Amino acid sequence: MNRLQNLFAKRGVTSIFSSLSSIVIGLFIGLLLLFGFNAPYAIGGFFKILNTGLSGAYNFSKVLYQAAPLIFTGLSVGFAFKTGLFNIGASGQYTMGAFFALAAAIQFQMPWYVAVLAAMVGGGIWGLFPGLFKALFNVNEVITSIMFNWIALFLVNLLLANMPMMLANYWGAANPDRTASVATANSNALIPTLGLDKLLHSDYMNISIFLAIGVAVICYIILNRTTFGYELKACGYNRNASVYAGINAKRNIVLSMVIAGALAGIGGAISYLNGPVQYVIKKEILAMGFNGIPVALLAAANPIGIIFSGLFISYIQIGGNALQPEFSSEIINIIIAAIIYLSAVSLLIKELITRIIRKKKNEELAESENGDLPNNSEGVAKQ
Amino acid sequence: MSEYIIEMIDITKEFPGVKANDNITLQIKKGEVHALLGENGAGKSTLMSVLFGLYQPDQGMIKIDGRPVEINNPNDANALHIGMVHQHFKLVECFTVLENIILGVEPNDLGFLKKKEARKKVVDLSEKYGLSVDPDALVSDITVGMQQRVEILKMLYRDNDILIFDEPTAVLTPQEIDELMEIMRQFAAEGKSILFISHKLNEIMAVADRCTVLRRGKCIGTVTTGETTIEELSRMMVGRDVSFSVDKGKSVIGDTVLSVQNVTAAGPNKREAVKDVSFEVRGGEILCIAGIEGNGQSELIYALTGLEKIDKGKVVMCGQDITRSPIRARSKGGMSHIPEDRHKYGLILDFSLEQNLVLQRYWEPDFQSRGFIKNDAVRRYAEGLIGKYDIRSGQGPVTVTRSMSGGNQQKAIVAREIDKNPELLVAVQPTRGLDVGAIEYIHQQLVAQRDAGKAVLLMSLELDEVMDVSDRILVMYEGEIVGEFDPKVTTVDELGLYMVGAKRQEAYRSKEAMA
Amino acid sequence: MNILIDIISSTVLFAVPLMLVALGGMFTERSGVINIALEGIMIIGALTSCLFMSYLDGIGYGPEHPLFSMLLAILLAALAGGIFSLLLAFAAVNLKADQVIGGTALNILAPSLAIVITWAIQGQGETTVLIPTWARITRETLGLSEGGGFLSDLIYKNLYLTTPIAFLVLIISIILLYKTRFGLRLRSCGEHPQAADSVGINVYKMRYAGVTISGVLAGVGGLAFTMAAGSGFQATVAGYGFLALAVMIFGNWKPVNILGASLFFALFKIIGSYSSTLPFLPDFSNVNSSEYIYLMLPYVVTMIVLVLTSKRSAAPKAEGIPYDKGKR
Repeated sequence: MNRLQNLFAKRGVTSIFSSLSSIVIGLFIGLLLLFGFNAPYAIGGFFKILNTGLSGAYNFSKVLYQAAPLIFTGLSVGFAFKTGLFNIGASGQYTMGAFFALAAAIQFQMPWYVAVLAAMVGGGIWGLFPGLFKALFNVNEVITSIMFNWIALFLVNLLLANMPMMLANYWGAANPDRTASVATANSNALIPTLGLDKLLHSDYMNISIFLAIGVAVICYIILNRTTFGYELKACGYNRNASVYAGINAKRNIVLSMVIAGALAGIGGAISYLNGPVQYVIKKEILAMGFNGIPVALLAAANPIGIIFSGLFISYIQIGGNALQPEFSSEIINIIIAAIIYLSAVSLLIKELITRIIRKKKNEELAESENGDLPNNSEGVAKQ
Repeated sequence: MSEYIIEMIDITKEFPGVKANDNITLQIKKGEVHALLGENGAGKSTLMSVLFGLYQPDQGMIKIDGRPVEINNPNDANALHIGMVHQHFKLVECFTVLENIILGVEPNDLGFLKKKEARKKVVDLSEKYGLSVDPDALVSDITVGMQQRVEILKMLYRDNDILIFDEPTAVLTPQEIDELMEIMRQFAAEGKSILFISHKLNEIMAVADRCTVLRRGKCIGTVTTGETTIEELSRMMVGRDVSFSVDKGKSVIGDTVLSVQNVTAAGPNKREAVKDVSFEVRGGEILCIAGIEGNGQSELIYALTGLEKIDKGKVVMCGQDITRSPIRARSKGGMSHIPEDRHKYGLILDFSLEQNLVLQRYWEPDFQSRGFIKNDAVRRYAEGLIGKYDIRSGQGPVTVTRSMSGGNQQKAIVAREIDKNPELLVAVQPTRGLDVGAIEYIHQQLVAQRDAGKAVLLMSLELDEVMDVSDRILVMYEGEIVGEFDPKVTTVDELGLYMVGAKRQEAYRSKEAMA
Repeated sequence: MNILIDIISSTVLFAVPLMLVALGGMFTERSGVINIALEGIMIIGALTSCLFMSYLDGIGYGPEHPLFSMLLAILLAALAGGIFSLLLAFAAVNLKADQVIGGTALNILAPSLAIVITWAIQGQGETTVLIPTWARITRETLGLSEGGGFLSDLIYKNLYLTTPIAFLVLIISIILLYKTRFGLRLRSCGEHPQAADSVGINVYKMRYAGVTISGVLAGVGGLAFTMAAGSGFQATVAGYGFLALAVMIFGNWKPVNILGASLFFALFKIIGSYSSTLPFLPDFSNVNSSEYIYLMLPYVVTMIVLVLTSKRSAAPKAEGIPYDKGKR
């Protein structure tokens, strides 16, 4: 019992435990849904969800490939969360990042790493606005982000329409409703594959997943090992105390949003800097920015955890695609929704575990001489 | 008919990790003023919350007027005519006085509010008991004294005759305390029963008929105040003899460390909260700013420590003009600040203990290198402080600060601020909410700083602390200094007169009077 | 003249769903819960009521009794929205979870659920649920003869039953929030739940009420949006749920301001489409796809106004913090 206690005393372990339990229960609910919709194929469908991602190099590469933008947007939302802000503007930052990357690639014929840097700048600028408005004018960052999501969408469409070189028809295609294929317009701008596409028999596998993992590790190091990260978290957890300690809270809020924006921006870049994908000009906000929220929530905003939750969500999405035609692939989203919802339940479980641990520790403490009464009794006396 | 109007028998209430009430029996007679005495954390508020229906006891029984009752929520308590004035007022700031009084028992017609009859009843009650309030004022705009009157009116409006007061005198002047006691006696004379929670022995001796003492969740005993002494009560409360005065030798007064010159600063509502204040603090002395809460002391401290701006005037510390300096510059210049709200300003509760202990120093070369935190150095430093200052926690340096007790949290702040070896230590209500043991400890630390030749600027609302610990006292009233005192010579009553503005020293005549 | 009619009626038409949902959001936030799930609830409300209308159309009842059918559809949207929102209430109040979690889960669930159910009913791939023509109220629907003049044209240009109902909801909201016992108690829960608890108010119940009201209003708002948008329900409300949150903040959590904010926003949205026909609006004819400039307009203007008025924020003090009796 003691060893188990000590294991759960580490905060990280209870988090992982609760995430895993919500995943397991969520998948189980998925199984029930499959039974509900098309019972004879339910078991088969369930195994498709679980296995497809690992069935063959092609599918595996797809998992890795699709996880990358998820990880980046997850990092964007998660980084902001850790610093006390809700970045619902990841979509707009993602869009801006994509635009800057494509402009660098197609309009200015730059190589891929310049395009990625441009995306960071674009996303960062778009994160700057909500941060600045909050720090200087105390405008709620949620509303600013929502406004700027739309402004990004329309602004990019407007700019693209007036930059003929960016559009597909300039490069020989029939349609001006989307950007040119990067492969055609500037193959130097494609994210390098380093032979991975041949290795995994896939058309579009590239190093983006490794970029994502690398950036996630960098985020983790920043948040947990640097003074900068220390300050950001301090501001996020308790703005008043960080001001008391001489930390410039306003500056940190802005920086935090800029970084979050840059992360989402890179996500945009890697999504579009590849062969087949083109940016389609339409009036709907890109969903990818919002997909970062469940990725971040599932991992409790921990950058390393986000690598895994991004991979996981990508994995079951690939499985979900294989469900057709017996089932609609939308079922996967329902499962993801259930998992997220259940992570709320698992928080309760986590609290229960923590309380039991604390009670045992306090009992031990009370037995030793002159033990102080722990927080709760005084917490009752004061507010 | 029972002799007792309230009986709480063998009440036990546990929270995760602590038994707040352990088999407590409390019996109140009708028409008496009964005090509930104990240190912070003894279980007084919990016991009263059980009586008021905010908590349910794990074991035990409550009898009202001899009948066993179940009190599951404040509505039940209300139905039994029990009312409570809480220590931290439970008032909705953006509502009016009237709305706060009627909340929960609103007179209504099919759900639509009928304020007219309520207003009449409130005005009548307020006149009857001399509790003046403005029914249409917003709670956020009225004084703390009036807020308390609103809380009392809440009880009277509900025709409560069992009235519980939780630490009511913390926010009052000595004169207002006398008035409150008079009101309590008036209630008792009318047959209402008063229960009041306190840890202030002289008040209990003054107004209560009987007193029940709690210690660490257990009931130690019930005494009649007329037949006991303050010493005996304190012994019951603490379990040992407590020295009431702080052991203080003479100290050597050094140079001026802090010079405050004609400082004017605004408060949160943009009105001038600090008006033309000037004073000095020298090395080797403890200077205390005393006064009723809300007279500008907090704003003065915020201005001196950099949390708020100074509009006019100058502040010089160790020869440097810090009037416009950022907070970190003041800290580097030799200022340490133990803030008045340890949860809001002093600590980041979600950080670990060691992270909080380096909060004022994490950027120093000892603790970081090129932006990367030196975890080993931080750990060693934290372990050192924990040992030196006896900070108790569940898991040592990695404990989440939120889970530590209030006393140890405060010790952590004190350790951090004192270990910086400041020239000026600013301590604001450093012992608020702490038990006697922790209070003693912190007072010792303050005196040790002073004995080492450092300057200590103390701000406190507890007159006992003010008199025991300080070498010099300045009283603030409505943003101005109105008097300077030597604690060895002055009395609490004299200070009280200055605190309410009834008197003013010659040297501190207000500018308007002199014009 | 025709243009004026078009503009006014279109503005009102688009303002209605914004206002309904923003009022709903206001009720939750006033009780102390942040409702991110408005988007998802709108979708569910629209889904159920549109499927229902399609069914009524199919059996011929709809064209016979258009007004009553619409009323039923609206009630169904309200019911569906209310029930769906209980999931959020449960997570926020009973599980004491971070209110973003429950809301996000519902937002992911709703569109997928909508697609799956629609395909199950209409067949694989058939996502669009068409709105029947009898949903729109004309002079004919009410049994009046043709003609009428300016006012008549104005009213009947884009009239759906949801519009007058929305204004009724607005009036009821104002009365409920400020003149009733319920409103006083609700507001106390959002500002100072401990104070409410200490006078015997059941904060948990109040928060459930707040969330359910928002569910009901957002459900109807979803239906109103779908009808305003045109052809039919396509498992999305194009971000209007989030926009309504913005309108609520813009409206400072007060009903009348929310009305103003919704109209303001809708007006700027509509004006964009008329940029070419209105002489006093710049044309940008030398810019490709200049419609996007006008599409950005409402958002940019909102930002400017927010910056200018940022000091007066009246956000409920205790919103977003789960209420725990044990922590005092």
